[in-house]
Amino acid sequence: MPSVCFYFQVHQPFRVKRYPIFNIGSDHEYFNDDSESKLNNKKIFQKVAEKCYIPANRILLESLRAHPEFRVSFSLSGVFLEQAELYAPEVLNSFYQLAKTGQVEFLSETYHHSLAALYSFEEFKKQVLMHRDIVQKFFGVRPRVFRNTELIYNNEIAGWAEQLGFEGILAEGVDNVLGWRSPNFVYTAKNTETIKVLLKNYRLSDDVAFRFSSREWAEWPLDAKKFATWITEHNGGGEVINLFMDYETFGEHQWESTGIFNFLRSLPREVLEASPDNNFKTPSEVCTTYPTKGTFDVDRHISWADVERDLSAWRSNAMQHTALDAVYALERDVCASGDTQLIEDWRRMQTSDHFYYMCTKWFADGDVHKYFNPYESPYDAFISYMNALNDLKIRIAQKVVLPHHTMV
Amino acid sequence: MFGWELPPHNSGGLGVACYNLAKALCEKHAEVIFVLPQRCDDVSSDAFRVMFASDAVKVVGIRSPLVPYLTAERYKILIASGELHHFGDTLLEEVMRYGVEARRIAEHERFDVIHAHDWLSFPAGVAAKQISGKSLIAHVHATEFDRTGGQGVNQGVYEIEKWGMEQADKVVAVSRFTKDMIVAKYGISPEKVEVVHNAVDDAIACGGNVRPFSFPGKSIVLFVGRMTLQKGPDYFVAAARKVLEQEKNIVFVMAGDGDMYHAVIEQAARLGIAEHFSFTGFIRGKELARLYRSADIFVMPSISEPFGLTALEALKNRAPVLISRQTGVGEVLSHCLKVDFWDVDEMAAKILAVVRYKELGQCLSDNGYEEVSVFTWGAVAEQCIRLYRSLMPSGV
Repeated sequence: MPSVCFYFQVHQPFRVKRYPIFNIGSDHEYFNDDSESKLNNKKIFQKVAEKCYIPANRILLESLRAHPEFRVSFSLSGVFLEQAELYAPEVLNSFYQLAKTGQVEFLSETYHHSLAALYSFEEFKKQVLMHRDIVQKFFGVRPRVFRNTELIYNNEIAGWAEQLGFEGILAEGVDNVLGWRSPNFVYTAKNTETIKVLLKNYRLSDDVAFRFSSREWAEWPLDAKKFATWITEHNGGGEVINLFMDYETFGEHQWESTGIFNFLRSLPREVLEASPDNNFKTPSEVCTTYPTKGTFDVDRHISWADVERDLSAWRSNAMQHTALDAVYALERDVCASGDTQLIEDWRRMQTSDHFYYMCTKWFADGDVHKYFNPYESPYDAFISYMNALNDLKIRIAQKVVLPHHTMV
Repeated sequence: MFGWELPPHNSGGLGVACYNLAKALCEKHAEVIFVLPQRCDDVSSDAFRVMFASDAVKVVGIRSPLVPYLTAERYKILIASGELHHFGDTLLEEVMRYGVEARRIAEHERFDVIHAHDWLSFPAGVAAKQISGKSLIAHVHATEFDRTGGQGVNQGVYEIEKWGMEQADKVVAVSRFTKDMIVAKYGISPEKVEVVHNAVDDAIACGGNVRPFSFPGKSIVLFVGRMTLQKGPDYFVAAARKVLEQEKNIVFVMAGDGDMYHAVIEQAARLGIAEHFSFTGFIRGKELARLYRSADIFVMPSISEPFGLTALEALKNRAPVLISRQTGVGEVLSHCLKVDFWDVDEMAAKILAVVRYKELGQCLSDNGYEEVSVFTWGAVAEQCIRLYRSLMPSGV
């Protein structure tokens, strides 16, 4: 002890193209931007594949082969897997190579990386099952541990994970929920019999994901040896160090020139060499290895986003509320249509990124929201989204003739 | 400080900027002597003493027909019509005459630094520098390229601008947009040019009890600015036509005067949409604030806008803002919509989006209002005072 548990989130949304109001009623392709803009999904995917997925997977594969005791886990969103198949099949293949080592675990999530857990259990469940199927199809394994979009979590969602047969769930180690307790132990979710909660150690995770290249940071430059000693220092004070982060950290958020790949390459060896007590475990191994130390109880929604660690990145202004209410209000009609393309377009419109782009919090300060926004502003994100959604609405109305649509 | 207009006898944002800067400088205990080429007799120093409630600002007027947006061409017409019989034959001569008068003032007044606003006052500023040996700041609010839209640039005006900036110890540009132009078109070294963005005065905001204008059941799309090429009123009308194809319940209000006034009305009539327009002429003060307050969206489609104070005024009155990308104010404003002035389709699409999605206007208004609260003239004055200090001999 301690065990290091890596989980990398791998996701790319289908971004909505610039969709002016004039297109409503005639243009049903919402995600097919082919310009030079940051809304060109194919271009973005191939760029990130080249900068991150391909080189990072190559490094991990080497490490997994060199150290049979090395473990990592991934959550690959369904919309990521679809785009990988469409735009960069070699990426899909490289994940398959990782899967074949038997040292990699794939986690469960909603296929569309959506906020369905906040709106509809039925829809949430369908997307989790869709995701289970695609992971089974591509990698031949069935996920045992669940992680919700952006680590959005509360007692209710943990209960749903139990209903759906999972052994564990991932969450953010939020200070004001944990209180004096440490994120470096396993807990049981409140109101569940068996669901174990793995909590992100956000200090160590963010040292890599956010601070790695920051020259203002006292610990810069960070190398794998130093990081391994920080892990080893938890020996006796914790059982598992959960390092949860976006996979795009490697090469995309932290560029290759920062030395992030060297860090990734050396880390497994450095951790194993730093102490004979150190090891690596996947989330399901953590669940079976370590006993629970108590109950993790939180009614409000927590997440891993922003300093607030709440829902405000997706739900803090009137535009976001309107857009979310509007898309989930279509559930009954769109499902009644039985039109697979229509239902799929509707689900792609649920991806959490759309609402993140509409966030006006801190926008003027040029922080991460601005950095990660492919639109010129949150307002432009909202305009294209709502226009496309209104087109979708018209298509649904044409399919489903229900009493409230026959008026006018 | 040499300028050429102050409210209430201003024809645009420049007078507003000069007035607010001078006032804020006084509040920061800088003594300002504001020299004007006086156009109307009722612009008096008494008025300013009252407004500033102090004697710190003296307004010294010189009789002159100058207005800031008068082009050399327009001046020729005025001279030919006999309206300006007692003035110089050309606008350039008039500007030079202002310079000669300024020399007389510089001989009699005591000051530490000279601050001249735009080309009409540059000869005056340079003359004052020659007499006094004090440092000169050339403050550029607009260039000849902005005023003419790049077509028919008057060589004489251009040369005075260039010469004034060369003679100055420091050039202040109202935006990076303007700084880039000063560097590219006037060959001024970038190190010599400091960007000082304009601000907006709280007084432009109308009180909570003001009843907005209303066209029952209709949304109001507002244009405020001189009806000149630079401001893009024709693009506004063209966008209006596209908007009206989708949504009829809209009134397009255009506030401002200028040489394109009649052409714009004719354009609207020709397109068969004149009934959806309301032309108010030039308005100011409370009426203007009330108009901003009433607007569902304020549009600034300028072709080349060094700053664009009206966008800040609109936000002070909680109107959502759509500005062209060819503006300086866009550099400091995040919570607004932006469009290329020539992209009439996109302009119309964004107007329609704000009209259709109430939450969009609400968020633009709330966040924009909050954002402009930090753009104060006090902060601008502080930036200028730092600049003055850097130009004054040490120990002063």
